[in-house]
Amino acid sequence: MNDISFLPAGDSAITVEFSREISEETNAKIKYLSSSAALNSKSGIISCVPTFRSVTVYYDPAVISGKKLQKKIEKIMKRYSPSSGGEKRVFHIPVCYESEFAPDLEDVCAHTGLSREQVIGIHSGTEYLIYMLGFLPGFPYLGGMDKRIETPRLDSPRTLIPAGAVGIGGAQTGIYPLASPGGWRLIGQTPVKPYDPNRAEAILYKAGDYIKFEPISREEYDRISALVESGKYQVLITGGTE
Amino acid sequence: MNLKIITPGPLSTVQDLGRFGFMQSGFSPNGAMDTYSARLANLLVGNSQGEGVIEMTLSGITAEFDCETVIALTGADMNPQINGEPIEMYKSIHVSQGDVLSMNTAQKGMRSYLAVAGSFDIPPVMGSVSTNLKCGVGGFEGRKLKAGDCIPLRGTVDLLCFGTRKISPCNDYKTGVEVRAVAGPQDDYFSESELKKFFSSEYKVSAKSDRMGIRMEGEKISSLNGVDIISDGVVTGSVQIPSSGEPIVMMADRQTTGGYAKIATVITPDLKYLAQLQPGNTVKFIRISQKEAEKINIKEQKYFSKLEYRLMFAK
Repeated sequence: MNDISFLPAGDSAITVEFSREISEETNAKIKYLSSSAALNSKSGIISCVPTFRSVTVYYDPAVISGKKLQKKIEKIMKRYSPSSGGEKRVFHIPVCYESEFAPDLEDVCAHTGLSREQVIGIHSGTEYLIYMLGFLPGFPYLGGMDKRIETPRLDSPRTLIPAGAVGIGGAQTGIYPLASPGGWRLIGQTPVKPYDPNRAEAILYKAGDYIKFEPISREEYDRISALVESGKYQVLITGGTE
Repeated sequence: MNLKIITPGPLSTVQDLGRFGFMQSGFSPNGAMDTYSARLANLLVGNSQGEGVIEMTLSGITAEFDCETVIALTGADMNPQINGEPIEMYKSIHVSQGDVLSMNTAQKGMRSYLAVAGSFDIPPVMGSVSTNLKCGVGGFEGRKLKAGDCIPLRGTVDLLCFGTRKISPCNDYKTGVEVRAVAGPQDDYFSESELKKFFSSEYKVSAKSDRMGIRMEGEKISSLNGVDIISDGVVTGSVQIPSSGEPIVMMADRQTTGGYAKIATVITPDLKYLAQLQPGNTVKFIRISQKEAEKINIKEQKYFSKLEYRLMFAK
């Protein structure tokens, strides 16, 4: 794998760069490396942070040198093949697209020339690959949104977007895992908490997983909200191999 | 057993060495800006290096102890006093029930650290007691300290057997520092002459600096083809070059990924100097190799193991 670049990031991290482009193939390699048991169980490895095109590996130089770590990673990636993608996990995230939660859905319709039903149908009809998590805990950078529903961000960002808001920002879509300022067009709201510091798994999903939005009614939203609050809601996860 | 905050200072938070297990989910590491001083404070009171301490910014707290304990202060000198009598920094200090610790404003340096024997009795969130101000979690109720807060203490130390521990400060708090940095990860976005410019100019610390980043004012660095990159990993010490061309060193409250080219990375052992700079102080970046950087990191780890051993037997 001589297309891998090892970029120094100081005294205790290196960035393993697979490409300077975003692609599903690059993402598969990143997922393979960052979830590699051979790497994560190696002593001296502190953390692996996957991004769009690279993995930043934090290490303890007193245990393993950057040079040795590089050799180890080259060895691991020799075993990679496009079929070694591993298990595919799709997280089915319920979303209420009703007007109360969708202040910008009309704008999306006006911009795209589609009806509300069409926008919702397209938005909830795709399995989105999580390329990376960043910006906020559990904020997923999703790939694969249908071009027909692309809508530019707001001219002036909102000062507060509630946790669980689902939006469109240009060619991207995603969920705000906690309240934050932001400029995306809001088209729905999930009762599910992608980030909950008091849950055993604080962040619901990982980079390399998929998200599919499932439209729900207002009544269903309230029902699921109550279950989430009492810690009894289980997000549907479906599998399959890539 | 509590520490009661009478006046909180401008920004005082509970921090440990950081929350490192969740960066892959977008969670900032947080933790003390000057981890070196935080470790020393803990060792002086007999704690392990990674316990929670109070980080104070520019001005310190006034607080009352409702029990007997041992404390230590490290980092910037904010003229600490107990009941109005000056006390030494970098030394374990016995305090009695009802004693009031008061502090002023730092003349030199930016951040002071208070450790209490046995540390604070607050629940860790995701493995750490560091405060994440953006998410409002960790530390004391997920926020900076305010007047009236009662921070519970564990107080597990045997006070009768606790001798006096003293060490010399690691930092002389000059108004100009040199910090060592490794070129990369995106040094190839800059010409050799721009790299030279970065590694030879003197920068001034901007007043806009905070726990997220130390912003530099001075020579602007231009890139070959723009500084926007497809987001990749940011580490503590990453030197981002935004479109303005003025470098920003990413610190404890940094994000985990970022979309600006990073010309260099300040080595972990030198972040303690950056964390203590006041606005207007100056910085020069000195280029070293990755191998040299690793050696310096290992040397500092060895220093702490030896110090921990030495202090254990202090009388």
